[in-house]
Amino acid sequence: MTCIVGLYSALTALRASAASTDANTQASNYAAQEYMFLNLFTTSGSSIPSIVSFLAFLGPLGGVLLGFDAVNRERSHGTLNRLVSQPIYRDSVIAGKFLGAFTVVCITVFSIGFLICGAGIFSTGIVPGGEEIARIIAFLLLTCFYIGFWLALAIFFSVVCRHTATSALACIAIWIFLSFFMTMLAGALAGAVYPTSGANAMTNTLSNYKMTLTLDRLSPYYLFSEAISTILNPNVRAIGIVTQSQLSGAVVGYLSFGQSLLLVWPHLVCLVALTAICFGIGYVCFMRQEIRA
Amino acid sequence: MADETIISTKGLTKHYGEITAVDHLDLSIRAGEIFGLLGPNGAGKTTTTLMLLGLTEPTEGSAQIAGHDCTRDPISIKRITGYLPDSVGFYNDMTGRENLRFTARLNNLDSKSAEERIDAALERVGMTYAADRKAGTYSRGMRQRLGIADVLLKDPKIIIMDEPTIGLDPEGIHDLVKLIRELAVKDGRTVLISSHQLYQVQQICDRVGIFVKGRLIACGPIQELAHQLESEGNFLLELEAEPRDGRLEELLRSQEGVREVTRENEMLLIRSAVDMRGSVMELLANNGYSPLLLRQRSGDLDEIYRRYFEKAGDTHVGQTDPAAGKKRPFLHKKEES
Repeated sequence: MTCIVGLYSALTALRASAASTDANTQASNYAAQEYMFLNLFTTSGSSIPSIVSFLAFLGPLGGVLLGFDAVNRERSHGTLNRLVSQPIYRDSVIAGKFLGAFTVVCITVFSIGFLICGAGIFSTGIVPGGEEIARIIAFLLLTCFYIGFWLALAIFFSVVCRHTATSALACIAIWIFLSFFMTMLAGALAGAVYPTSGANAMTNTLSNYKMTLTLDRLSPYYLFSEAISTILNPNVRAIGIVTQSQLSGAVVGYLSFGQSLLLVWPHLVCLVALTAICFGIGYVCFMRQEIRA
Repeated sequence: MADETIISTKGLTKHYGEITAVDHLDLSIRAGEIFGLLGPNGAGKTTTTLMLLGLTEPTEGSAQIAGHDCTRDPISIKRITGYLPDSVGFYNDMTGRENLRFTARLNNLDSKSAEERIDAALERVGMTYAADRKAGTYSRGMRQRLGIADVLLKDPKIIIMDEPTIGLDPEGIHDLVKLIRELAVKDGRTVLISSHQLYQVQQICDRVGIFVKGRLIACGPIQELAHQLESEGNFLLELEAEPRDGRLEELLRSQEGVREVTRENEMLLIRSAVDMRGSVMELLANNGYSPLLLRQRSGDLDEIYRRYFEKAGDTHVGQTDPAAGKKRPFLHKKEES
């Protein structure tokens, strides 16, 4: 469903932008023609958000859905002690749950991605170039790890909580907080520490912005959005605040794939690390737990 | 029946914070015997079972099954031990047979021998007719039997069962008891049953161990335990006589050797230091009473159980089996010697 709605919005917008003969600067026209295909993912229709924002928003729900009852359900149905009394290592149980679900996530994400590409090629006749394909694959990989983080979190809660409902609610609560409220909170906190109005307004602006950005980046949702907007949009040449002095003398053009990746690799590392940490904590908790009937 | 010890624990202890669930347990179970772990709820039977399987870590002490250490090497133990928990669960949307196939795969059986073993196990527990129905539709007795089939798949040398007869109807209990006896006698497997249903346990166990508050206070064949009680001078006689008047009680109390006479509904209970049956019969005849019921109760497991609880300083009376009749708890008070 995500696929279909996103595709619809993207296709309408893409057709409109390809046909436009607006007198923009030469650079933006050039870029628009070069990386037309990527626009499939990022442009949005009149009221429907783009595919990317759909995935960023609903992907976590998919991850939570796969993981929230992983261990609780076994325990409540009484199958966990039967499972653990077979001659298998206990860590195979939890590793298996995670890897199985992660494989499903990867397959789904890549299928959606390639389906969209295929539909795009079929309906608009625009064929992606080599670098575009590389960017798309990088984007899909990032999505996998992003959803993987939510999966690891859900599995951790399923190990720790007795009831499946509790773990589902905990995951969704965290998702809502990190997706909606983190930016507000970050802005408010930064404003409290470095106020942008009053005596120190000028000097504080930079620190305020830096602090907002740092706090924002605590949310995986923000990390993910930043990363994919860089990867999918070669016009984005820097992340964060760029001063006039840094901009002067820069050559107009778009960023190559390698450079985009360099901008974004900390985000990827962060996402992978978060996933690993969540899974690690869940793993340790599961191994030390007592399995009673 | 070989006489070698197949399960042994040395000083096995488990603390949960301040509560001691199992207190320095020394147990040794011989190969091929049926051993009953008896005790009230909360005595530490399930905790002991979990420690034997490596599902819980003991605070002190060690346990060994067939030479493998239970905490260090649980995989080798799980290969030869089957565990039937008290609330056995299956994946409800798979059929019984598919559940068994899953277990067979976890035990590294190739598909051909797995199918053969599954068919044989289902045949043995009498579940072939329901094997292809979804496990969510099974009754409790059927789930129990499927659980046993599951355990038999890996052809275990040792079977540990936690409360196997709970919730079964009398016929189901009878079949189960027969099956367990067969497993031990015919197949030569060691069976460890942890239960508080004394009558069923009495029927099949070679030896019993009585657990109270985490300690093993008696261990041995049931006859031996009964003799032990008797040798300590604890005889209990049930008596009903006609005509029913209050005089009989005083007459009995005045007899030599009688410690206490209490009334339970229509029955008189005579506690004595020696076997009083002969002298009681004489008393009845001399005083014109005709006996309606005369039974020595001390060889009864219920009585043994209760006695050992009192010895252990318990003020509660042990669990009673409803089939045994109208025994009320708190019947015997502490002023017993």
